[in-house]
Amino acid sequence: MRALLALIDRHAGGQRPPLDESMSSNITKVTTHLSPNERLIFDRSQTGRRGYSLPPLDVDEASLDEIIPAEFQRDDDLAGMPEVTEVDVVRHFTRISTWNYSIDQGMYPLGSCTMKYNSRLNEKVARIANFANLHPLAAEAESQGALQVIYELQQHLAEITGLPGISLQPAAGAHGEMTGIMIIRAFIDARDGKEASAQRRTMLIPDSAHGTNPASAHLSGFTVKTIRSTPEGLTDLDHLRELCAHGDVAGLMLTNPNTLGLFEKNIREICRIVHEAGGLVYMDGANMNALVGIARPGDMGVDVIHLNLHKTFSTPHGGGGPGSGPCCCSKELEPFLPVPRIVRSLSRDDEPRAFKLDYDYPQSIGRVKAFLGNYGMMLRALAYILTHGYDGLLEATQAAVLNARYIAHGLQSDYEKPFAGDPMHEVVFTDKRQSRKGAHTLDIAKRLIDYGFHPMTIYFPLIVSGAMLIEPTESVGRQELDQFIDAMRSIAKEALNDPELLLNAPHTTRIGRLDEAAAARKPVLRWQPPAEPHAAATGSSGA
Amino acid sequence: MRYIPNSPEERAEMLEQIGVASTEKLFESIPENLRWRGHLNVPAAMSELELLQRFEEMGAGNRAAQRTCFLGGGAYSHYTPTIVDHLISRSEFFTAYTPYQPEISQGTLQAIFEFQTLVCQLTGMDIANASMYDGSTAMAEAVLMAERVTRRRKVIVSSAVHPQYLEVAHTYVQHAGIDLQRADFDPATGQTLLSAFDALDDQTAAIVIQSPNFFGCVEDVKALADKAHAAGALLVVTVTEAMSFGLLKSPGACGADIVVAEGQSFGVPLSFGGPYVGLFATRDKYARQIPGRLVGEAFDKQGRRGFVLTLATREQHIRREKATSNICTNEGLIALCATIYLETMGRRGIQEVAQQCAHKAHYAARVIEKVPGFALPFSGPFFNEFVVRGPSAAAPLLARLAQEKGVDGGIALSRFNPDQPNDFLVCVTETNTRAQIDALVDGLQSLTS
Repeated sequence: MRALLALIDRHAGGQRPPLDESMSSNITKVTTHLSPNERLIFDRSQTGRRGYSLPPLDVDEASLDEIIPAEFQRDDDLAGMPEVTEVDVVRHFTRISTWNYSIDQGMYPLGSCTMKYNSRLNEKVARIANFANLHPLAAEAESQGALQVIYELQQHLAEITGLPGISLQPAAGAHGEMTGIMIIRAFIDARDGKEASAQRRTMLIPDSAHGTNPASAHLSGFTVKTIRSTPEGLTDLDHLRELCAHGDVAGLMLTNPNTLGLFEKNIREICRIVHEAGGLVYMDGANMNALVGIARPGDMGVDVIHLNLHKTFSTPHGGGGPGSGPCCCSKELEPFLPVPRIVRSLSRDDEPRAFKLDYDYPQSIGRVKAFLGNYGMMLRALAYILTHGYDGLLEATQAAVLNARYIAHGLQSDYEKPFAGDPMHEVVFTDKRQSRKGAHTLDIAKRLIDYGFHPMTIYFPLIVSGAMLIEPTESVGRQELDQFIDAMRSIAKEALNDPELLLNAPHTTRIGRLDEAAAARKPVLRWQPPAEPHAAATGSSGA
Repeated sequence: MRYIPNSPEERAEMLEQIGVASTEKLFESIPENLRWRGHLNVPAAMSELELLQRFEEMGAGNRAAQRTCFLGGGAYSHYTPTIVDHLISRSEFFTAYTPYQPEISQGTLQAIFEFQTLVCQLTGMDIANASMYDGSTAMAEAVLMAERVTRRRKVIVSSAVHPQYLEVAHTYVQHAGIDLQRADFDPATGQTLLSAFDALDDQTAAIVIQSPNFFGCVEDVKALADKAHAAGALLVVTVTEAMSFGLLKSPGACGADIVVAEGQSFGVPLSFGGPYVGLFATRDKYARQIPGRLVGEAFDKQGRRGFVLTLATREQHIRREKATSNICTNEGLIALCATIYLETMGRRGIQEVAQQCAHKAHYAARVIEKVPGFALPFSGPFFNEFVVRGPSAAAPLLARLAQEKGVDGGIALSRFNPDQPNDFLVCVTETNTRAQIDALVDGLQSLTS
């Protein structure tokens, strides 16, 4: 505004127009501003616009009908597909991109999601032509560099988890979970024989677990039994013993630190109870950012774990993926990992094929994905590890836990902290005090948007009523942590004095709260082209 | 560490402020006997310069990345307009999370809505989800969905489906009580034998085919759909070369019930096999059985249009073990990549690329067939991939071709099937010039004469 007035000032030759009430009230928000009103690409489409260029065809052109029978060819002329120019596409995506919040803009404190900085260097590494242009079915001898990257990352992740067996094939956390649980199933089948194994179909899962845990257990044919948490927010050992007493337990799926941000200090005892009952322990590694360099799941008695390269090892979430969910396991479970495994050949004669794909694991659960996994994520994760080094990895863990504790300390006077224990990398609060005046967790989260922050994870874990799970990660500086704490405390005051402000939040965004219930009742899941009466009749295949 | 904003001094002050005596005290809740006291056996930190050199060095070991490439088999080398990588590299897209807070995630949500629309248009289906991990896992999820929809337990998969896709399907269903059976292909045409489905029983949930299939042959999708529907089963169509949608009749128009595809052809780098993106489309009536995330239209109180994740009651975070799938993270950024690619190429560009692929592949097939000792064993129509039967074992021939002529001439099928020792799969795209095709032919000729 001041700059605008200065500009007017200059243009008016020093004669500033009078600034009075009536003028400032004339300045209203322009509702036709281009960026917030960008429509679907299909609305930009105009017949004849082109956004591509291709070299001319340089071989003899047979008639299409000669090479592919007409009845196998498209007859809709791809009607409805957009026709736009390169400029249209660039403007379209640039405009809609500004509607997103992102890590690069600021803190993204989604609990259990570990939204840490995504380094540009890792992006550059993933785009090195000799990796980006490498075909997954190229000969092993011709892909040695790529296999070396996988092998080295395997070594480092095995070291970090203390679990020597590893497969990088799973494409995401839930995929790694499924892999881990299938490994447990295969191990028990082999150990007990199919008949006895059929009596072990119970998977124990705490009531605080991620929803993917029971879904993954179900895919492996297990029935889920839920373990209670204690008032301290830890696994209830008595309940665990009770559930383990029937000889039907195949395993336990445990997140550690758990989804309340608390370290399961009885983890050794938990593992002992499950092992004595003939089961195995799977650890959900979603919260490994609290442990790297500090403690290793393998030393705790855990048999198998998945990691999220897109959490702990900083590969970008990309608005929902891709992820990568490596599965690490004990020596005992190694024969059951997916094939192919990437191994280092020991024979000296084999020098040019130092790294190779090994399919010779007859007990393997099989392949969980075509090719070798989300390779581009492996490059980024290895770059992350090498950039940090052993001391940097430890420093990141320490900084992440300190940041969470700093927030826990800063908010405890204004928000209810349901568990007394000191949290690790994330902390859970509730809306207990605010909800008395009618503002709930959802409203607090939406109001946080007005302060420029992405909300925390809300209503998870399910066992905490009105949960707000906050994970700052190491990628946030002290000033920004203070700003976040100030914003949350300010919202707490607003909740007491002016709850309406929260109920209608956010006030500063392009659109307000959307009616999700109506959206689910009559789902509109795609754009529909307006009726094009002549297009279908032409039957030509274009160009 | 340059990625950690707080300096050691600031961290010391923060500790003091919250009344914690030392960094060590932050970890007091971990019992001492579980603490890792050594330092991790990973290398010391590398500078940016050292790191890039290290990866460049390792990359140099990927000689295949520098060769003329005729490899397909589920991953294809296509041209990508420059803007695609620029746009997906915007912070707002690649450093965002799953769009749980729609008010500040509309960029991602609108892009996915466009993605779902494009997938529907290409496949000829009513609805599509926000993506799966890749084509192989999408096919496995389709098998599981067919069981849910039909409550039948038998699924028959064509042997001309990509062998790795078949392996993944076996892994996924091994504990689901689904009986996965195989249907043979015709050794003369390379197409799935229709007669394999003459006697479908009332326990068959689905027929699963791939078209163009693993050998590149286009299947008679309509005839297969009719066979499936006559028995009350679904037809699942898998497509690994999504560029074929630009030329071939859509599976939806042929009667498919579920269409899954690998979307890598749409602007996604080969990147040694991933990350790619699975496309998953089906009919309206199965909206509540579809796995994965869905984006739908929604309105705010002022009537402004926006988009939200919808039909979440199918998903793991609500339904837990009763969810339609365990999928949570999908391939968002790769779906965005495919969206930008498809919109940039547009209606005419997709058609032109598809036609160039077909013309160049057929040119290559015609000239290879003329080389003494080489033949095309399958008579079925093909799009841009075809099987060549050589005069000797394919694997050593192709290895020599790569080393001596600098051409990756195809995929030896002995890798997947020992019964096809002399066969190899050749893929030609718009990126292959006539000169490259002629060099491939010269190479084959000179190494076998």
